[in-house]
Amino acid sequence: MKQRIHEMHTPKGWGLMGLMGSIMIIAVPLLNILPSSESFFYIPDYLVTLFGKILCYALVALALDLVWGYTGILSLGHGLFFALGGYAMGMHLMRNIGTEGVYKSALPDFMVFLDWKELPWYWHGFDKFPFAMLMVILVPGVLAWVFGFFAFRSRIKGVYFAIVTQALTFAAMLLFFRNNTGFGGNNGLTDFKRILGFSLQDPSTKLGLYVLTGLVLIIFYIFARFIVTSKLGRIIRAIRDAENRVIFSGYDAFKFKLFIWTLSAVVCGIAGALYVPQVGIINPSEMQPSNSIEIVIWVAIGGRGTLLGPILGAIVVNGAKSWFTVAYPEFWLYFLGGLFVLVTVFLPRGLIGILSQKNKEPLRGRT
Amino acid sequence: MQKIYETSDFYFVAFLHSKGVSDDDILEQYTPFGHSDYQTIVANIKKFAAKKQTAVISTINGDSNVPFYKELANQGIKAEDIPVIAFSVGEEELRGVDTSSLVGHLAAWNYFMSIETPENKKFIAKWKDYVKKHNLPGGEKRVTNDPMEATYIGMHMWAQAVEQARTTNIDAVRQALGHQTFRAPSGYTITMDAKNHHLHKPVIIAEIRADGQFDIVWETEGPIRAEAWSPYLPDSAKKVADWTYPWVSGNGTEPRFSD
Amino acid sequence: MYFQRKNRIGIILCGIFVFSILIVSRAWGNELDEVIGHLGSKKIKEIKQAIQDIARMDQPQVLPTLFALKDRHLRVDEQGQLFILSDDETTLINAITKEKVSAEDRQLRIPRINNSVRRLLSPVIAQLQLQSDDPSIRLEAAKELSRKGKLTEDAVLAIRVGIHKEQNRKIKNILHLALARIDLASGDMDQRIRAIERIGEAGNLQFKSVLEKILIQNEDASYPEPEERIRQAAKKAIAAINLKQTIVTQAGNLFYGLSLGSVLLLTALGLAITFGLMGVINMAHGEMLMLGAYSTYVIQNIFNTYLPNYFDWYPLFAIPVAFFVTAIVGIILERTVIRHLYTRPLETLLATWGVSLIIIQTVRLIFGAQNVEVANPNWLSGGIEVMPGLVLTYNRIAIIIFAVLVVFLVWYILQRTRLGLQVRAVTQNRSMAASMGISTAKIDMWAFGLGSGVAGLGGVALSQLTNVGPELGQLYIIDSFMVVVLGGVGKIIGTVVGALGLGIANKFLEPVSGAVLGKIFILIFIILFIQKFPQGIFSLKGRDVEN
Repeated sequence: MKQRIHEMHTPKGWGLMGLMGSIMIIAVPLLNILPSSESFFYIPDYLVTLFGKILCYALVALALDLVWGYTGILSLGHGLFFALGGYAMGMHLMRNIGTEGVYKSALPDFMVFLDWKELPWYWHGFDKFPFAMLMVILVPGVLAWVFGFFAFRSRIKGVYFAIVTQALTFAAMLLFFRNNTGFGGNNGLTDFKRILGFSLQDPSTKLGLYVLTGLVLIIFYIFARFIVTSKLGRIIRAIRDAENRVIFSGYDAFKFKLFIWTLSAVVCGIAGALYVPQVGIINPSEMQPSNSIEIVIWVAIGGRGTLLGPILGAIVVNGAKSWFTVAYPEFWLYFLGGLFVLVTVFLPRGLIGILSQKNKEPLRGRT
Repeated sequence: MQKIYETSDFYFVAFLHSKGVSDDDILEQYTPFGHSDYQTIVANIKKFAAKKQTAVISTINGDSNVPFYKELANQGIKAEDIPVIAFSVGEEELRGVDTSSLVGHLAAWNYFMSIETPENKKFIAKWKDYVKKHNLPGGEKRVTNDPMEATYIGMHMWAQAVEQARTTNIDAVRQALGHQTFRAPSGYTITMDAKNHHLHKPVIIAEIRADGQFDIVWETEGPIRAEAWSPYLPDSAKKVADWTYPWVSGNGTEPRFSD
Repeated sequence: MYFQRKNRIGIILCGIFVFSILIVSRAWGNELDEVIGHLGSKKIKEIKQAIQDIARMDQPQVLPTLFALKDRHLRVDEQGQLFILSDDETTLINAITKEKVSAEDRQLRIPRINNSVRRLLSPVIAQLQLQSDDPSIRLEAAKELSRKGKLTEDAVLAIRVGIHKEQNRKIKNILHLALARIDLASGDMDQRIRAIERIGEAGNLQFKSVLEKILIQNEDASYPEPEERIRQAAKKAIAAINLKQTIVTQAGNLFYGLSLGSVLLLTALGLAITFGLMGVINMAHGEMLMLGAYSTYVIQNIFNTYLPNYFDWYPLFAIPVAFFVTAIVGIILERTVIRHLYTRPLETLLATWGVSLIIIQTVRLIFGAQNVEVANPNWLSGGIEVMPGLVLTYNRIAIIIFAVLVVFLVWYILQRTRLGLQVRAVTQNRSMAASMGISTAKIDMWAFGLGSGVAGLGGVALSQLTNVGPELGQLYIIDSFMVVVLGGVGKIIGTVVGALGLGIANKFLEPVSGAVLGKIFILIFIILFIQKFPQGIFSLKGRDVEN
């Protein structure tokens, strides 16, 4: 056990991680609660929510990195799994509004608006929190498993796989846009009131959700670290670099790919579920193909094939976005586009490549 | 009657039912967002219109109207035969459209740039100056439209309310907003309903002209009171919108503001 | 009964009318001038009355004034005199005296008309045009009248006179058809049956409900229409209409499918070239379409300003401009970005996405975020009615032809030129081609330029169909991907089959499932299809293809 821990990180590495983790989940909340609102160190509530949002993105980026950076499967549809998890959570929050909606009905507002008389069958059970959480995991998980099963079995790879995942999220977006599909059409699900009895308008609930997101991110980071330093981790990297050789060596690459792919989708779903109560809305625009491409951008900019990179990328890009779109809205796309071109052309290892001096060897494999 | 839209609107259908229009005489068509191939839909409209005098209500989002209107015109459907009334097409949207094929189609708004009132002349002049000063793309061709007028009224009313309440506190301003009046570019004195906080505005229906402006063909006598809920849907008709003290849209039971 | 009486009067009148027409036309004289004056009224009601009066008088010399009213070229001065504004908007012609005056320094008003006036106006114009000497004008007028559900007495009269005088069989038939609805109610059995037969032959959907009324049964199983022969004829005619409508619907779907397929083909062909060659998807491909469309916009504006007389021909000029503009942008893109990423194809996909963001934002800053106006030239507006109910629009026909030409061009370049030969060699086996002395870097550059240029051509086509705005490309990029993935790479035929197949499938599906579900079905079909054929319909066989 001790040795395994040592394999995952050097003591220095663990220390660094602990430091960053505690800044994230201890220092930020303290700075939100303790100083007066005039103080220089005070972190206002809206920033806490923004940080929480960005941590959710970091979680998604980390999940995508497992399939792309480590296994070499580029997905342009991870936004779909994120949105599905979000929808499952949104449905629960929607049911939790009870009769406090605008229409005072037991049904969600949009159903009253559409003149529906009863709850569609697929909405049943979502009033129970444990069931909804199960769905947060199962819906993206099962979809990813089925999709991956067929795609990997037919050995769809590379660009083709990327495009097919894009088609998948695009089709899902069109489906969710329809009012008749029963998820609130283009308005999506919103107007949430409370989660597990805590008011979502309450700053302390938001802070709690932020801390929870941070914890989930840390746990998943350690789990991912565990995976990539294990034998499994070596096999998936081998699949990335030379899949045929892995197969010839007697490993069933199909199973490994399917496992990582499904795991990644599930984590995205969890990230979506953490995201929705913090932002207060989920709608089909989360399934836009461009959103999924943005996830890929975070990973690429941070540095794929590392675990810290995607987290860094998500934080840097989204932090920059929050600042740029306010300060220089017309130049945000130049910044994002330019950054992306420069990073892919000149910094294939991403930002983390500049920071880490250890890995000087060239990036291998066909990406 | 025929409707084309991207998101459905039950109020329309309920209204048509209440006027004795049967389901057989209503055809609803949906398209995905950003749809640009309207061949089949226009063919369906033609087929439908061959049976009875037909009008099309389009709730297509601004942009997609262009390929839709182009297809209509090219397939030989004229406004005089099958008029299309759109709710999201105004002067600004038409700026990017060759309007020659749209002449006679209708739009419903509370304001049009072509309204001839001294207030509107001043409003347009102010906007032109602003465009010039900030060198906005489009320059001379920039137009005013209903959402701009609405925002203009809204900002003025809010400022009046803040002056009256002597604070920007949300609840206080909200209370002060009811009964506010403002002389709008449309030439009418617009009032904010004290109860439901909707504006009393004139409703104007106008035909598209070849120059991208509108000819007014019908308007209400003056500003009318806006209903917050549809009286044509039984569930909706029961609902109230009430922002008079101490209520907050009828949702709250406790006063949210007291002085 | 009402109709029957009127008709008899009509037929009797028709006899004398032909002989009295000259005398009558003089007799109207002053009254006509007065009526024309009312066209400039401020009251819509009076304008309508004037139009009806003009219909009664049936004088074709009023036509220019009616056209002017319709096209907003009519002007009224303070004395109520009517003027017709010339097309170049410089001179005014007095509607009654035909005197020419200058358009300057006059307080003029445009008479306001709305749809109800237009509805009244167009049959009256058609009615007056029946007296034209030009058979093509008479034909159009007859068609217009046959489309109208209800005809005024004056129109019926004019049609009867028209039938009497008409020598052209085709026009005569259409005029008879226009009267069919009225003849249907006539007392003469043969006339009624003839009318029903004509309706059946024409196959016009709008007459179906009229015929169906004949077949309605009373509650006691008797018919309000006592004549068995009439009912039989009506049944036959309805069957004929139904058959014709089925043909029209299917032919329509096929045409719509072909035209959608051609659009897809034009948008995807360039992508197939670059993808086939380098195995990378160019995410900025959509922006090449957009740049092609904006090139068309710029050319249109130049023509509008400097060559207004040749405005109709601007799309032809826009074609080479769009091609070269996008080809150059493509070459720059290849030289600056893609060149560095040849060993990392997936990253090209991402880097080009960054490029696409930059291009979109640049266009936004130059031309504004709003759509810009691209007008169809006259020869691309309107359509041809090949069957009643089926209009093939000129812009769609032009795009189908254009797609054929572009495919031929690309085929020629790839199959019949030295560059094409080298491109194909590099596509099949890059390293082998390189060792044969082909400069793959150069080939990449030219091929990328070609692919981008072809996308620019697609942009010209799109500008004639839809909005031209900064996000234009984003709407088509996914569809282009689908076509390429479905068709397979490396062969033009794959792209052609993929595009036309998708277009036609989409259009046959849409009436059944609706546009939204249709699109979803197509996407799911493609996802499933890829499972079975990971390389598309037409795939290159070779050692290099697998990885």
